[in-house]
Amino acid sequence: MPSLKDLKNRIASVKATQKITKAMQMVAAAKLRRAQEAAEAARPYSQRMASVMSNIAEAVGSGDDTPRLMAGTGKDDTHLLVVCTAERGMCGGFNSQIARFARDRVRSLLAEGKTVKILCVGKKGYDILRREYAALIIDRVDFREVKQMSFGQAETIADKVIGLFEEGGFDVCTLFYSEFKSVISQVPTAQQLIPAAAGAAKTDASASAIYDYEPDAEEILADLLPRSIKVQIFRALLENVAGEMGAKMSAMDNATRNAGEMIDKLSMSYNRQRQAQITKELIEIISGAEAL
Amino acid sequence: MADSFDFELVSPERLLLSATVTEVVLPGADGEMTVMAHHAPTMTTIKPGVVTVVMADGKSDRFVVFGGFADIVPEGCTLLAESAVAVADIDRASLAQRLQNAREDFADATTDAGKQKAQEYLDQLTTLEAAI
Repeated sequence: MPSLKDLKNRIASVKATQKITKAMQMVAAAKLRRAQEAAEAARPYSQRMASVMSNIAEAVGSGDDTPRLMAGTGKDDTHLLVVCTAERGMCGGFNSQIARFARDRVRSLLAEGKTVKILCVGKKGYDILRREYAALIIDRVDFREVKQMSFGQAETIADKVIGLFEEGGFDVCTLFYSEFKSVISQVPTAQQLIPAAAGAAKTDASASAIYDYEPDAEEILADLLPRSIKVQIFRALLENVAGEMGAKMSAMDNATRNAGEMIDKLSMSYNRQRQAQITKELIEIISGAEAL
Repeated sequence: MADSFDFELVSPERLLLSATVTEVVLPGADGEMTVMAHHAPTMTTIKPGVVTVVMADGKSDRFVVFGGFADIVPEGCTLLAESAVAVADIDRASLAQRLQNAREDFADATTDAGKQKAQEYLDQLTTLEAAI
């Protein structure tokens, strides 16, 4: 049975924890809003990019001179998985969800006899995947010091991926990230980057036929593909930040509530014990007086 | 008054400008081009340079863009820039940094094609610096 003093100390420490989690929740809420704004601001670019891509891909068609980034290498022996996670923990199952999703894919690819390479973006994913697949991880990118995701960061990752592709390091590249559905729901998603899945959004097919291209369509396409990869990675990073903050917010909300419950329970037993002690002392005094 | 059309300048980070304009001058890959209303559908890559926008109310605005491409249709024009800033906000130091990087790239380029590409980019940046 803990003494009164022990109980008092525990209540104080739980209260301190509650204050911290509460503060973290508020910070996450503020950051979430900023992340959402950033994700929204980036949306027009990626939308237009997608529509232009599908237009131009249609114009070029699938001849022999299609850029390799689009056509692929013709094989699918070596897979590169780019796994984007957060830099920090304390956000519930956010990181482990993505890592588990990626791990399932790795397992099934290995079972099919393919070669798998992993590029980790973010510290947490690396920490998790390292346990099982340390040998497969070829590189990692950390954004520890980065306050606000910018296009430059996406560019560095994209350059790495494209460079590796040109060296013939892999045949298929898949991007793993968490899609931001809402504050309480983030869905781990896999998206194929290379070869580019073209023509996903064929909405205005009629308008595309009469375009003039300057210089010519092939050249523009060759210029466009690396850019579109950058944009997709950038979008994934932004979604991830928003998702991380959402997950952190709800995790910290839960923690704050748990701490509150714990404080209630502890104060209850503290009060009971105090009452018991008072009663005991009273009985001692009264029985002492009666004995006289 | 000339007919106006919708113009949008978008960078990956945000939508910089969305306005009704009468005239836009773009630094296209094959030379400068002026886009006005009812332009034939064109898609062109953009080299680093200055974009001049003349608004419907006669005011004009200038932006510096570093590469990208433009999608032009009769009803409007969308410029997807790799990175873009208003001329007023341009940071000379960052431009100098870009120039420096371009020079280093040029020096590091080993293949002829790489050298040519780096040289072109360097030239474009130098022109740009002179223009503003």
